Amino acid sequence: MLLLTGLAAIAGVLFSWNLKHRAKEFFAFYLVLIGGVYGVFLSFDLFLLLVFYELAIIPKYFLIAIWGSTRKEYGAMKLALYSFGGSALVFIGLLAAYVTAGAKTMSLLELARYPFAQGFQLWAFPLTFVGFGILAGLWPFHTWAPTGHVAAPTAASMLLAGVVMKLGAYGCLRVAMTLFPRGLDEWGFAVLGLTSWRGLLSLLAVIGIVYGATVALVQRNLKFVIGYSSVSHMGFVLLGLLTLNPAGLNGAVLQMFSHGLIAGLLFAVAGRMVYDRTHTLELAQLQGMQLGRLLPFAAVTFVIGSVASMGLPGFSGFVAELQVLLGAWRAFPVRGALAGLGILVGVAYSLRALQMAFFSEPRPAMAGSGAPADLAPISVPERIGALVLIGASLLIGLWPQLLLHLIAPSFASPLFGELLKGAGR
Amino acid sequence: MSYLRLLQLAAPETIVVIAALGLLSADLLALRGLGRPVRRIICALIACAGCAAAIGWMAVLPEQANVMEGMLVVDPLTRLVKIGLLVLTVFTVLLSVETDFTPHVGDYFALVLFGTVGMMFLVSAEDLLMIFISLELTSLSLYILTAFDKRNAQSTEAALKYFLFGSVAAAFTLFGVSLLYGIAGSTNLGEIARAAASHALRVAVGEDGTVRRLIDPLLAGAIVMTVIGFGFKVAAVPFHLWAPDAYQGAPIPSAALIASGSKVAGFFIFAKVMTTGFAGLEGSGAWQAARPGWVPLLAVLAAASIVLGNLVALVQCSVRRLLAYSAIAHAGYMLLGVMSGAGPGLAPLLYYALTYSLSAIGAFGVVSIVQQRAGADRLEDFAGLSRRAPALSFCMLIFMLSLAGIPPLAGFFGKFYLFSAALGAGGPHLGLLWLVSLAIVMSAVSLYYYLQVLKQIYIAQAPAAPGPNPAPVAEWTLVVLAGGVVALGCAPGLLTESLAAALRAAGV
Repeated sequence: MLLLTGLAAIAGVLFSWNLKHRAKEFFAFYLVLIGGVYGVFLSFDLFLLLVFYELAIIPKYFLIAIWGSTRKEYGAMKLALYSFGGSALVFIGLLAAYVTAGAKTMSLLELARYPFAQGFQLWAFPLTFVGFGILAGLWPFHTWAPTGHVAAPTAASMLLAGVVMKLGAYGCLRVAMTLFPRGLDEWGFAVLGLTSWRGLLSLLAVIGIVYGATVALVQRNLKFVIGYSSVSHMGFVLLGLLTLNPAGLNGAVLQMFSHGLIAGLLFAVAGRMVYDRTHTLELAQLQGMQLGRLLPFAAVTFVIGSVASMGLPGFSGFVAELQVLLGAWRAFPVRGALAGLGILVGVAYSLRALQMAFFSEPRPAMAGSGAPADLAPISVPERIGALVLIGASLLIGLWPQLLLHLIAPSFASPLFGELLKGAGR
Repeated sequence: MSYLRLLQLAAPETIVVIAALGLLSADLLALRGLGRPVRRIICALIACAGCAAAIGWMAVLPEQANVMEGMLVVDPLTRLVKIGLLVLTVFTVLLSVETDFTPHVGDYFALVLFGTVGMMFLVSAEDLLMIFISLELTSLSLYILTAFDKRNAQSTEAALKYFLFGSVAAAFTLFGVSLLYGIAGSTNLGEIARAAASHALRVAVGEDGTVRRLIDPLLAGAIVMTVIGFGFKVAAVPFHLWAPDAYQGAPIPSAALIASGSKVAGFFIFAKVMTTGFAGLEGSGAWQAARPGWVPLLAVLAAASIVLGNLVALVQCSVRRLLAYSAIAHAGYMLLGVMSGAGPGLAPLLYYALTYSLSAIGAFGVVSIVQQRAGADRLEDFAGLSRRAPALSFCMLIFMLSLAGIPPLAGFFGKFYLFSAALGAGGPHLGLLWLVSLAIVMSAVSLYYYLQVLKQIYIAQAPAAPGPNPAPVAEWTLVVLAGGVVALGCAPGLLTESLAAALRAAGV
């Protein structure tokens, strides 16, 4: 995950190379955000984890509210409150765990060894899982994501989609699921056919996949399309986590990585290459501009990004989603099939956005309002940034073992032992 | 016990009183002819010197004594709290140097010091009579300080409200004290606890053979009266009505003193009276398993303060009113510390109260500078402050985020410390989980209004041209305060370790 953060952060800097408005403050907030994210991924102590997790909230607010676009103050406030609300839930859960265990430490390793009572886990698990899940775009708490992404400046939305949403998923896996593995067990009674948090949450994840994809299909703004597609892709991550089998878990982690790269790439094209030059992201207006001809590099990059996001073989998204689906098929077949449906819709919205934004013929009625002729060419930092992200995605797609070798052994650690045992029950 | 010894034990208070009298006479005899800014600077210097001397005395000569069964208790714990109070007073004085609202300079600073002396005696007292007297000394000084801006009708109105509510609350306290004296035959807190435990608890055996311990109605009445009196002092709902007006109408340094020093002293003595005087009568505030006692009573007050304070703060457009409602919410959080009991709860409570006070004084200081420049303290007056005064804005960022409880600032650690103590106090069953959850969720709500202030500062466009900073001393004070908030947040051990040591030495 550190690798991902580094990649996305560097690319983000490259894509805000020509920022002029209050540049010093921008990069100061940006670095605080990245510092917070690194901190979360590196902390094994829950107190520190919480510190860094909340530390990352404030710079996000200012990045969006000062340098953002479309309805920036609304989007920023919504994002900040959702994140802080989520961390409040996590805070309650962790505090309760800390006090119950009576430990003098908040080290994850120590706490995970404590046998929390079944009843305690049954309420603490959903609290922390949903708390982190809010940041991972868990349906129905995802609504901050599209507005936040759309409002954010390019580098910030790359980080948001690329890394910050992964923080949530990472927290779900690392904290909620390892600390309270028994929380996934059966309730002992059924509500609407659901018998455990696992069933309920995986249902929410699948709804997120399908809902995100179908909503993306009808958006009129390019960034909204990408924003909702993020919700859909993060649904795969959460679904993968909840399968509780090796394939699903590996796939989920791989998907986190892959989506980080791809979403970053897509936001970079939309926000930096297209919006800064045409000053609109409305698909209807972009339709008249023939961007495919005017900005060939942007078009090619976006095609690659969309193709990767659809999950075409050869890119990282394919390997990841395949693994998640395999895992899901074993754990809950019906939901796996529905998630597969989500991929189909994904193909549809990607192609639609692609076609409308870059490759449509100018309509006669709009010929007059066509594109300004003086679109600046794509600059060198932008090219480098895009190439780094594409390269990484291709590499993982063609040679997934590279990452899987890192991921698989980490699941063999004793932390996850209880969790995988739980899956057998 | 000789008078010399008594004077030695009460030396810090005596030094502060001497400083107050000294600056009064200096102002009267020597400074009449000078301009007001010079008079303010000289008086502030005398006041700061007095506080510094008192701090130095306590730091150099550690004493431990209990004069006349709790009339004046001197031990490491009270010493630490007194040092904290004096530091807060010094900050208040420094913020007052550049605010020009009264020609009676000497009187103003003398009253600030008298109020502080009242708080210091309050902290040292373990006897209800002494507590009441010092409480009145503090309150009377604060009433006058609130009314000090005579040109401003709001200030007078605020002081009148504060005074009326305050005297009613004092009457309640006194009534409670008289009931307690009737029960225990003594005004000493320890005696009261013993008497309450032996006489006033009745054991009732139910029809099915279950044994229940009931609280004597007389004692219950006394507890309620006492809680009302202190609840007013710390501005807990439903005794909070004076707070928004006082915070908004009072001259800003007075409001800062009410929000900081008086809060710390009030909470310390509140916790002491409850945990020492009513030891054994805690009851339980656990959800669906409440047992009568003072803890469930406080739990209700805390829940009401947290909810009402945070929700009403959402819609305020005056920053000082916003701070007042946020203070009510914070009082609710601090009540959690009182409920946790003396052993586990006192250190988090004091840490929280002290760091909260630093942030609150700082926030009032920023409001003061903005108000001098813009003439009002509405949210719009803060627009674009980051362009006009970057250092000031950054200080405000730190104070607001600390109040909201964002790491790595002191407010976050304070909340963590306080909430984990409150959660642990209920035993392994997490009895107060409902209240702690409520507090955490509402503190997430509070981020909204703190961000509203920061939004104006950092994001809104500046309407007016930048002017010169009218208050360099205040600005440097604020930088020091902000530094303190960051330092205590990053290294809470600086304060918690000395608190823990003092608590051990005091035998709590």
